[in-house]
Formats: sequence, structure tokens, C-alpha cells
Amino acid sequence: MMAAAVLRPLTAEDGMQPKWIDGRPMEKVAAEFISPNDRLSSFERLQLYNRMYWFRLFDAIRDDCPGLVAALGEPVFMRLSQAYLERRPSRSFTLRNLCSRLERFILENPGLTAPRTVLAAEIARFEWAQTVAFDGESRPVVVAPLLAQTPPSRLRLGIQPYVTLLALQYPVDAFLVRVKRRGSLRSEASNTPDSDAVRRRVRRAALPRASRTFVAVHRHHNRLFHKRLDPAAFRILEALRAGGTLSRAIAAAGPAVKPRQVRSWFKTWMALGWFCAPGNKRGRAASLL
Amino acid sequence: MPANRFNGQTDYGVGIGLRVPHYSHILSRKPTVDWFEIISENFMVDGGRPLELLDKILEQYRVVQHGVSMYFGSADKPDREHLRRLKALVKRTKTPWLSDHLCWGSVDGTYTHDLLPMPYTFGAARRTAEKIRQIRDFLEVPICVENVSSYAEFHVSEMTEWEFLSEVVELADCGILLDVNNIYVSSKNHGFNPYDYVNNVPHKRVGQMHVAGHTKFEKYILDTHDHPVLDPVWKLYAHATRTCGVTATLLEWDDKIPSFDEVHNEALKANEFIDGAKKAFV
Repeated sequence: MMAAAVLRPLTAEDGMQPKWIDGRPMEKVAAEFISPNDRLSSFERLQLYNRMYWFRLFDAIRDDCPGLVAALGEPVFMRLSQAYLERRPSRSFTLRNLCSRLERFILENPGLTAPRTVLAAEIARFEWAQTVAFDGESRPVVVAPLLAQTPPSRLRLGIQPYVTLLALQYPVDAFLVRVKRRGSLRSEASNTPDSDAVRRRVRRAALPRASRTFVAVHRHHNRLFHKRLDPAAFRILEALRAGGTLSRAIAAAGPAVKPRQVRSWFKTWMALGWFCAPGNKRGRAASLL
Repeated sequence: MPANRFNGQTDYGVGIGLRVPHYSHILSRKPTVDWFEIISENFMVDGGRPLELLDKILEQYRVVQHGVSMYFGSADKPDREHLRRLKALVKRTKTPWLSDHLCWGSVDGTYTHDLLPMPYTFGAARRTAEKIRQIRDFLEVPICVENVSSYAEFHVSEMTEWEFLSEVVELADCGILLDVNNIYVSSKNHGFNPYDYVNNVPHKRVGQMHVAGHTKFEKYILDTHDHPVLDPVWKLYAHATRTCGVTATLLEWDDKIPSFDEVHNEALKANEFIDGAKKAFV
């Protein structure tokens, strides 16, 4: 009963709903299981928890999705957040994973973000990729001599789990650079309310125009980065992540790409440590046959 | 009880919570701190900067893990993935004991991310104690359960909060992280004498204490951890150290976090009361 009451959306005035789901007055329902004291009614005591739940989770989404706030504006973002938390409440012990299903939710519920659904979904995807890049798993890096020993037709490489490859319709990377990401380290602590939440407001930013963009969100020396990719380079990396051999991946780049260019890309990716040893957690091959 | 089986037979002094705004100060200045408490969940990740920072801290400091999401009081079975990650972190930090809250916060796998108060019933105490035992057996590290600050009470409760805490820790044979600020906050919200609470918990099981600041509102007090410790809490802490013995003590400051030195100096005020308690025992 208490969980259902705590998880129930607040009113427009940030109060607890005056009626329970069966239509009974909430004051009466709360009084059935919560004791009042000399200062607060049962309703008011329960309302404290109801409010703290929503404020805490709204803050968590806002912290992880400053780009989405800036793109959608405060009212639309709040409607989206509430709908998301209502229909996809947290299923993880950590708030880190709260936005892992947001992109999909946006696409499944286009009315919440129309007419900017595609942009909103891409921003949510990018911002989740940043979370993955921040603290995702890293596997042992494959070193160059090992690559040289295996013919390209038999060589399969994994991409580090913390690297996310994104093919976007909007230049979300450039947009997010303009929307400065606040803070960088998650910090959950006890059940204390966050007093900064009210002061944190992300200004709405000018929206990007559609422009096909290929980008890798990654980390280097444990700092977050995103790197624009040539479409052909993106195809190579995607093919590798899909489990293709090096030969097939390079072929996926297309005939127009010069070998010198491919060598240059690989040199950069190797330097960044993107290629990993077998056992890539995100499921794609990283094996040397 | 400076060292007991609930805190791994350690005699840690006064520590502070390891918080993001202080990382660079700690790593560059290497201040003398007896120990740091980390929020386990912040480091139960697969890689990246959090673990790099933690490893640097572990090279130079003693660390104790404190959790916020085990929910001993939830009816849900312990989440295996959660436990697996927590155990990996326990191995990494070599924490001599581990703490989490006497509360619930998840239902059928849905998490509220809050520390919700429990109904103080004998049935709830039995179920909670069994869960603590299971978790301790899996993690293979002593566990201390912390009393939470609360804003609501249930009609069905059959005992006081301190009786419930005592019942749970006796049944689970685990320790207590006595949060003195939480006792004070709840005492004001529920109208009990906080000294009754301290006097009536099993003192030999107290393995750690917390102090923190709180915020007074017109009709209730909120546990905000955004202020220095208030005088009534220090007085209660002084009483707790005299009653339970000098115990590992941690200042929590989680919001509006000032400079490292300000937080550390606030924590070190505990030493005045510790000295007083030591004299009382002599």
C-alpha cells in the first residue's frame, strides 16, 4: 500500500493525489495505515515520502539528461519524465541505470515529444552512451603485434564495451557541447533531499538542424570524449562489433576508401585502445581465430 | 566498544564520507584522515573513473563501505546481481565491515531509491533478520544495520523503533550503525525521548556511529546532511559514546558540501566527546 502511494504521481501543485485509485479520499486511505502526530496528519506524513520519491527521481533524470532538458524545454521534459517514471519505474538498485530505457520509451511514445521525437530519442541515446562511457567495462586491449600475426581474413576484433557507436540524424554531439554537462560523477547518498535541485535549471538551447552524423562516445584516460567518424569508418567499426572479420569489416567501408585512410583510422583506434580481447560483454566477437 | 566482531575488531576513529567535491583535494594534498566511508553504490560499476579514483584512495586510506540500496526490510529476495557486484567491491576495498539501512525501498523489483520506514512488528523483524543473515553469509563480511530517520509511523507497529532495531540485530546476530542524528530527527518527528533510544539498544553490538546535520521545518525535521552537526545531536552523541563506548564515528555531509577542511574539522569535533567518554571509562 505504501509503495503504491509513494510511487503515485503528484498533483500539478506537487502534492499527493487527493483521491486513491478506487476513488476514496486519500486522507482516509492514509489514515488506515499511517499514524498521525500532533502536527501532521497521516496524509501529510505520507505526502512527504510521495514528494521525496518524485523529486529525487526527477533530479536524477535531469542530472543525466541535460541535453534533453535543453532541447525539449522544462514543461515537455517534465511531462516526459513523469510518464517515463510512471510506466518504466526504476528496476535497478542504482540510479545510474535510470535512463537506460529512455530512448526506447521516447520512440514508443512519440506523442510526448512531438514534433521532436527523433531528436529527443537521439539525445537520450547519446546521453546514455555517456553514462556507459563513464563507468562501463573495459577489456584488455589488443596489441598491435598480435594483430600482425593473424591474417585479416581470420582476425576478429571486439570493440571496448564502453565505446558506443552512434549513427544519428542530428549532430547531437555538437548540440551537447553547447549544453554544458553539469558535474561528472554520480553521487548517491542516503535518503537526503537535494536542495540544489530547485536551483538547477538548464536553459533551452537552439535546436540543431538535421544532418547525418556518425560518432563514437568513449573515454580516454578515464575522461569522457566523443569522436566524429567518417561514414566509412563507422561502417568498419560496426562490422567489427557485429562479429565480422577484419577483411569483411574493411570491405564494408566501400571501394572508394583508400587503404592509406583505413590504416590511419586503425592507427587512431588502436591508440585509443578501442580494440579489446575476447569476451566482450556487449556480446560481439572479440576473438582471434 | 572500540573494537568488536561487528566492526571487524577494528578501532577506527573519526572519519568522513568520501564525496566528489573533495576528490581533487584529497588526491593532491593527501590530508590525514583516519578513514573514509564510501557509498558502495557509487563504485559498483564495471570500470572507468570511479574505480580509478577509488583505487587511488585505497592506496593511502582505510575505507569502509556504506550502502543505500540493500533494503534489508523489503520482502524482495536479495538481488543476486546486486550482491555479486557488492561482493566484488568488498574484495576490492577490504572493508572490515559493511553497513546499510534498516528500512525497505523496493517492491517486486521496483526501486523507490528511498529509505522507507518499516512497520515495527515481530514478523517484519524475523524476515529482516533472515535477510541480513543471508546477505552476510554471501558477502562474508560483518554487517552493521543503521537506524533511519523517518517521517511516518505505522498503526500495525507492535514495539518502539529501538525495540525493533534490537530485535532485528539480536535475531540476525549483526551489528548496529547507530546514527545519532537519525535518532534525534525521528525523536522530534515522532515525539519520543532520544536518550531512551540510545539507552535501550544493545550497546555491545554498536560497531559504528553516524553524526550529521539536519534542517528544522515548522512541523517536522528533515535529515538533510547539509549543515554542521547541531548541539543537541552532539550532546546525544556524547551520551552514546559514554553509553556504548568509543566507536568508529563518521560525519555525513551530502548536500551543500563545503571545503574538505570544513567538513573534516566538523567531524573532528567528535574527538572532544570521545575524550570525555574515555575519561568517564577510566
